[in-house]
Amino acid sequence: MASLLRSLILLLIVQSFLVAIAFGSNEVEEFSEALLLKPLPDRKVLAHFHFENRAPPSNSHGRHHHLFPKAISQLVQKFRVKEMELSFTQGRWNHEHWGGFDPLSSMNAKPVGVELWAVFDVPQSQVDTSWKNLTHALSGLFCASINFLESSTSYAAPTWGFGPNSNKLRYGSLPREAVCTENLTPWLKLLPCRDKDGISALMNRPSVYRGFYHSQRLHLSTVESGQEVLGSGIVLEQTLTVVLQPETTSVESNMQPSWSLSSLFGRKVVGRCVLTKSSNVYLQLEGLLGHELKNVDTEIEAHELWKNAEFELSLKPERVLRESSSFLFIFDIDKSSDSEPFDIGLTWKLPSKWSCQQAPLHASRFLMGSGNERGAIAILLKATESQEKLSGRDLTNGHCTIKANIFQIFPWYIKVYYHTLQIFVDQQQTTDSEVLKKINVSPSTDKVSSGMMEMMLELPCEVKSVAISIEYDKGFLHIDEYPPDANQGFDIPSALISFPNHHASLDFQEELSKSPLLSSFKENSLVRSYTEVLLVPLTTPDFSMPYNVITITCTIFALYFGSLLNVLRRRIGEEERFLKSQGKKTGGLKQLLSRITAKIRGRPIEEQSSSESPAAQSSVLSSKLIFKIILVAGAAAAWQYFSTDK
Amino acid sequence: MAAVNRDNEEEVKTDDGSPKIKPRPIVRLGIFLIAHSPVFSVVFSAAGVLALLLLPLLAKNTYISENALMPGSARSMLSNRDVSDGSKLVKDIKNFRLNHEGQGVEVQKLIGKYMSDMGAEFSYQKFHPEGNQFHPLHFFSGPDSYTLLENVSCASYGVNVAGIIRAPRGDGKESIVLVTPYDFINGGDYEDLSLGIVSSLFSLLSRVTWLSKDIIWLVADSRYGDYRPVAAWLTEYHSPSFKVSDLLKCDEQNTADNFRRAGTMAAALVLKVDGRSEKFEDTLSIFAEASNGQMPNLDLINVVNYLAVHRQGFYVKVEKVVSLLSSSWLKIFGEIFEAVGKLAHMLNPDWNFGIPAADYLEGSATLASSLYSQALGIPTGPHGAFRDYQVDAITLKVSPRFPPDSKTRQHDFFLRGARLLEGTIRSVNNLLEKFHQSFFLYMLTSPSKFISVGVYMIAFALLVAPLPMVAASLYIDGCKSLTNSTHNPTENFKSWKWLDAAKQVFTLHLLGFIVTLLPYFICQVPGQHSPTNRSIMWGTTSSSLLLITFVTMPGCSPFSSRLHGTNWAILKSVTISAAFIGLCLMSIINFATAEIGALLLVPTCLMAQPIKPALRSRRLKSLLGAFCSIVLLTIGFPVMFFAISKGLLGEGLVGLSLGGEFWTWLESLWAWKSATYLYIGMVHLPCWLLCLCILFHPS
Repeated sequence: MASLLRSLILLLIVQSFLVAIAFGSNEVEEFSEALLLKPLPDRKVLAHFHFENRAPPSNSHGRHHHLFPKAISQLVQKFRVKEMELSFTQGRWNHEHWGGFDPLSSMNAKPVGVELWAVFDVPQSQVDTSWKNLTHALSGLFCASINFLESSTSYAAPTWGFGPNSNKLRYGSLPREAVCTENLTPWLKLLPCRDKDGISALMNRPSVYRGFYHSQRLHLSTVESGQEVLGSGIVLEQTLTVVLQPETTSVESNMQPSWSLSSLFGRKVVGRCVLTKSSNVYLQLEGLLGHELKNVDTEIEAHELWKNAEFELSLKPERVLRESSSFLFIFDIDKSSDSEPFDIGLTWKLPSKWSCQQAPLHASRFLMGSGNERGAIAILLKATESQEKLSGRDLTNGHCTIKANIFQIFPWYIKVYYHTLQIFVDQQQTTDSEVLKKINVSPSTDKVSSGMMEMMLELPCEVKSVAISIEYDKGFLHIDEYPPDANQGFDIPSALISFPNHHASLDFQEELSKSPLLSSFKENSLVRSYTEVLLVPLTTPDFSMPYNVITITCTIFALYFGSLLNVLRRRIGEEERFLKSQGKKTGGLKQLLSRITAKIRGRPIEEQSSSESPAAQSSVLSSKLIFKIILVAGAAAAWQYFSTDK
Repeated sequence: MAAVNRDNEEEVKTDDGSPKIKPRPIVRLGIFLIAHSPVFSVVFSAAGVLALLLLPLLAKNTYISENALMPGSARSMLSNRDVSDGSKLVKDIKNFRLNHEGQGVEVQKLIGKYMSDMGAEFSYQKFHPEGNQFHPLHFFSGPDSYTLLENVSCASYGVNVAGIIRAPRGDGKESIVLVTPYDFINGGDYEDLSLGIVSSLFSLLSRVTWLSKDIIWLVADSRYGDYRPVAAWLTEYHSPSFKVSDLLKCDEQNTADNFRRAGTMAAALVLKVDGRSEKFEDTLSIFAEASNGQMPNLDLINVVNYLAVHRQGFYVKVEKVVSLLSSSWLKIFGEIFEAVGKLAHMLNPDWNFGIPAADYLEGSATLASSLYSQALGIPTGPHGAFRDYQVDAITLKVSPRFPPDSKTRQHDFFLRGARLLEGTIRSVNNLLEKFHQSFFLYMLTSPSKFISVGVYMIAFALLVAPLPMVAASLYIDGCKSLTNSTHNPTENFKSWKWLDAAKQVFTLHLLGFIVTLLPYFICQVPGQHSPTNRSIMWGTTSSSLLLITFVTMPGCSPFSSRLHGTNWAILKSVTISAAFIGLCLMSIINFATAEIGALLLVPTCLMAQPIKPALRSRRLKSLLGAFCSIVLLTIGFPVMFFAISKGLLGEGLVGLSLGGEFWTWLESLWAWKSATYLYIGMVHLPCWLLCLCILFHPS
């Protein structure tokens, strides 16, 4: 006992020494938290929680970390994950009203359910194994059925259509996964303060899950140090995006609702998490109101920015940053305390209206056709109004073009006929080569792998609408692949439309922003949007059918073998002759009487004569018969064996 | 082995000293049935008709089979605020109408504005008013094989408005559709009420958080009928043409690009308000029959019926044949059944199958209407368009008890109507899978009583059971008489005797097929023709074709000499076999048609016999038989039956325009792709002709 205690003390000393070393060096583990609030044009409020945890490349800690979650670092080390993103989403991102051309939407608008992609740093042959192990590990870590992505029918290996160009990338999504608080709790466990302190204390479960959109995301990437000894550092980015509807009391329908943190979440922030490096709350106002106040710069007028005729903030912002079309108010929650909690509120005084920036093309996907046999998948890209304003056009050969990558996964039971791909630009059918620059198809194999299609379209800038349709046949599932009860249908995961020439970034002119949230906004992020998940009703067999089949087969077999044996065994002529000879012997009436009495008594008729010869004959016959039965049964068994064993 | 011997022993039958092998029991039973086929055919047919008459007694009470539906378990959230939204829309539309006469599109814009104010996405859709064109090859093809007509005139097109509420937390994979047919140009006050109900509901649904399926509200432009706009919208929804269409060039506003969709449809409700209720309560009529007698899942009807009766206090009814309610013979049947039921109840208190005669009358009138609508194969409302896409849908026709301009009652009416729809939508919204639990094959005898397929099959099975028996017995008779009459051994190929008859039957069926296709070619004849003219054209071409057949193939003709003619018994046997096969096939496609067809065809086929020997013999029995067959044949002629059923349904007098009416009726059948048309042309008509051939057979 004493030795154990001593070793424990020794360990503690060593550890504190190590920590001291770590603090002593430049590279330390950093954690920062931020909350971005943003009123949306359709009277909702977006809240984006952003937590970043950095573990620098260092070998000094060994396997220990100060702030960084051990579970994640072990995951990275074990499966050699280079980059990974996992998202849990409920609800649909409304591209029209909530924007489609800013870093927030391009990074946080995720498909319904679970989406996971990962890039591995292992030899090509081990990528699939690593992926499978990773899915199982994550499944346990996040209490979700991510392990279903293990099956090769549910993931794909996109080459260039998805985003990161890598052949060690695997992508999978589970549209049916229900996202709930049991997925949020393990996610929060990765934070140093969990949801006990700091910004994350706002995450009141009922209010978070009451929202119209809810997406929790975990993105991790490894940073190579360049030095062999140091190994690699990890950056873990955790975001939670919720879209909430503030309670309105105003009668006027065109008035934006006023809200505060406490009215949105039912909680207030009482100081930051002590382990964070920075802890900020941002409020982003965009659109029309920003333009009106564009030319203000002096201190007095800066005051006007947050308290004016149109709206009023309940707290004075620390700083105000300006972007081309929006303002960012920065608040520091350091000053808040138990007695004076941080509770930012926005009160609208005048009705205001603005619109969000939209992606160059709005994508929607739907199924065509009816019936249980075949159908078609169509993707409709429509030009949005904001398209003219957008930069990032590719002016090659004097043509203005928009590039769009489309990445789709088809489950194997959707048997896509790739040759039926049709592209209509502005309602004119085009030959493929006109707009289709690049296509990569990997067809599905039944019950083995899912199909994948990557397309690169190059469209003229003045395009109004593009329709892409591709036909498919519905396959039949194996009997044990059907859900046990009657089902709604089967899902086709979302397609991803990305615009490689368009990058969304918010550049707040001042260079001070050391905040990880702002620097992540500043990075050029690929504009992408996910389409709807599709529901394919497949033919569901009548599961009482096996019973029917068994009965019918048995009947048929009985009839067949019965008559076959009759044919083989009976000799009608012989029998007739035999009967005739017998009939001569005994009087008809007498025999009838004897038969009747026998029937009444329930006993067989006594044989009067010639009982030996039939018996002798019958033994021969019976051995033949048995031989034949065995032959037929053997043939049936062999047939059964060869027909089923494939 | 001794047992085998004993078996052999038992098969010995010694009646007069010469032993004979006794055939198996099933064979014996068959032989017995065939030998006594006249008796059995009478018994079976009578039992079949009796079983049909008994059906209202055998109807079971409906019950909600799918537990997830839970109708009426949630409190209605519809508030007065939502209803006032609906009332406001109705008022606005009325005012707008008064100020702007005949500007339909503007009303659509008004509705669109309302939808977007409620937070819904909305879109307009244009469609061609004329869609259904007869094409012989399109009969069993899917709904997506519409061919767009060229040279569409811009003068007439309809515009649908569709609004979509996205479920706040839903995944958008499924949707529920609400349809209100509305005539934008000259819609009456009652039609406004239907808009009011649905917009009240829509206002509620845009706020609620429990939605898991998107809600689509389609205001269908019913200027060109109720069905066509819904069908056009569904076609655009499910199989849009990405190519440029002529219609889009017509108008300044481009409506093509913003057509909006929302997932796979789970169910659809069509709401119509028309007419004033004669009852004290507001009346709700449910229409469910889609094309070719397809029915929506019974649970959908159950949910609506349950909510309407137990929550909102509507008087719910389904269509019935009114003239049957006053028929005395049906009343006598009802009284007999009631008496028998009472007697049975006296004998054993557990036997409770008796129902009052009045209930019996109601039930049979409803059943008759159900049978008729299913047999006709024409959808009874816009919900029929949904069935083509395997979407369960029903039409709800509400008749308020107040005049449409009564403001005070209107509020209450909106509240109850919208609550009914809210409850239904909430139930469907609960559903995690497709409708599957309850029945798809049923007939209604009242909104809360149904007959499932297992019960109503019995009547049909009994009715057609005599056919194979009689066919077999006739075949045996025919063979015997043939062997007796012809002593030439070379002609005596016993097994091939039916071939001549089969040739004749096949030829007449082929003729029936050609006659079925003829209307298509008659429609291609240039120039405007009245339906009467067209029917005359059809009649003359068909009869001339028949004559040509008789002349060219003397074997087929009933008027040919005896040398060519086949034995009538064998001909009848083959005819009956063909009728049996046809009826059985039809019972799979559309049961009600087969049932009614069997009622007509089975007695005709069974009674058909040559008239000449009967006249020659002058015996009362054979004369009566001949008379019966003539009467049955007269009734069996499609035109005649059409006229009689018209008279039964109490629809006006039968005049000279009968041919024209018949033509119009048939035209509607093929326009709706009803399999009944094929049945009439390819099963009923040839069999009827064959019976005619037997009647005039020279033997």
